[in-house]
Amino acid sequence: MLFAVVACMGTYAHAQTTPEDAVFVVNNVWMMVSTFLVFIMHLGFATLESGLVQAKNTVNILFKNVLIVAIGLLTYAAWGFNLMYPGDFSIGQFLGFAGFGLSNTPDVAGTLIDYADGGYSYWTDFLFQGMFAATGATIVSGAVAGRIRLPSFLVFTSVFVGFVYPWVGSWKWGGGWLDQMGFYDFAGSTLVHSVGGWGALAGALLLGPRLGKYIGNEVRAIPGSNMPLATIGVFLLWLGWFGFNGGSVLSADPGPVSFTLVTTCLAAAAGILAAYLTSNFVQHKPDLSMSLNGALAGLVGITAGADTVSIMSAVVIGLVAGVLVVLAVITIDSRLKIDDPVGAISVHLVCGIWGTLAVGIFSLNPEHSFVTQLIGVVVYGIVTFVLALTIFTVVRAIMGLRVSEEEELKGLDIGEHGMEAYSGFQIFVTD
Amino acid sequence: MKLVIAMIQPHKLTDVKQALFDADVHKMTVSTAVGAGEQKGYTEAYRGVIHTINLLKKVKIEIAVNDDFVERTVEAIIKGARTGNIGDGKIFILDLQDSIRIRTGERGTAAIG
Repeated sequence: MLFAVVACMGTYAHAQTTPEDAVFVVNNVWMMVSTFLVFIMHLGFATLESGLVQAKNTVNILFKNVLIVAIGLLTYAAWGFNLMYPGDFSIGQFLGFAGFGLSNTPDVAGTLIDYADGGYSYWTDFLFQGMFAATGATIVSGAVAGRIRLPSFLVFTSVFVGFVYPWVGSWKWGGGWLDQMGFYDFAGSTLVHSVGGWGALAGALLLGPRLGKYIGNEVRAIPGSNMPLATIGVFLLWLGWFGFNGGSVLSADPGPVSFTLVTTCLAAAAGILAAYLTSNFVQHKPDLSMSLNGALAGLVGITAGADTVSIMSAVVIGLVAGVLVVLAVITIDSRLKIDDPVGAISVHLVCGIWGTLAVGIFSLNPEHSFVTQLIGVVVYGIVTFVLALTIFTVVRAIMGLRVSEEEELKGLDIGEHGMEAYSGFQIFVTD
Repeated sequence: MKLVIAMIQPHKLTDVKQALFDADVHKMTVSTAVGAGEQKGYTEAYRGVIHTINLLKKVKIEIAVNDDFVERTVEAIIKGARTGNIGDGKIFILDLQDSIRIRTGERGTAAIG
């Protein structure tokens, strides 16, 4: 890393290298590393979701994860970035658009050190935020797994990540009305996780449960097919969070970045512990998939305030998130009978809301208030949920949403893709 | 000629194979199966849902034998698989109409060998 910085400084010193230039290079390198880390979360989601769905749907879930990255980055480049960061708003502080496309050459004036006070370049900004956009969309894929038609999902995702995510995101990170009001979301408990979570809820509701999940009054378990993959996925996501939160400092400033990483990791650890204890209490045996969800719950929970709460508060936020996620999974799955194969709603929506409100409770910044956080949660909830429901409903009317019963039983890998994930491998089937 | 089909506990396979080899029975086909008998199943828990698994993992052994080998084969299987607990398994004996060695085309008791 240091070698890269020195090498950069060498080629950069065409005029004269000021200390500001050197800091800019370091900042930008850190922001680029954060971009790589957020990117790796896609691998995390892909492996986690593959682990928690049935083997016969693995190709399908992997495919959705791969396409989401593509759709996310391309729509963000085409118009999403400029919708989320319009600079000037045209309709109140509510809607703005800075035009289609990105600048086309690397050294356009204002894209380098002047762009963000030496924090990062315009290009880094686009890519870092673009990776965020794609992670928001991929939250939905887990909740709709096993029964959604692929084309329908791709259409939904294009509209959701193409328009909804950047538009509602502009209200806070783009400097819009919620930002003016004092609403705070450091790295996206609401803007990324809750927004994805509301989409997941809308999808799961409109799709209905997988066949065989609820028979009469009985709730059946449909176990995941690969616990090692699920575990790998969660650790990759945790690794990605170093960039997700660490990069949201928007510079390499040692104090805030290192502090943020500490709160992030402690919240994850607390989440695991609380989820393990809670699930053990409920099931009388410790459940690995719940403990994995607990790590994510803690991470989602701390994401809104990782830079602005105390160490102790971070642990508490993680503990509460760990308890919440287990209770939410059981409530949503068994009481409300909403089938969510990976717990996306519990992790991202429920804990995203908790994380956002927790800023109002625990923030060390006196300008943050619980009421403002609550307003933000409610507004994002209503708008995102209604929009997601609308998109899904329209897609359902035009092209159908759910695969046929026969295809669902045979598996979406054969039905949608004509291929198997574990070709030639004998999969045990019980009951 | 008879076809001996045995359902045993997966973890007893090694003992059963050893007992069969000791009884000079070397040819067999082993496959994995799920099944239930007196054992009636057990419970697993997954994400807050407690569910009953009542098809348990089993191992199925199929051995084609000449009539004079039937008793020693059955005894060997019992010796290897018996633990005294419910779930030890079952042995079925079927009449075998014919047996053909693919490599040479031999039929009948010579093919079983």
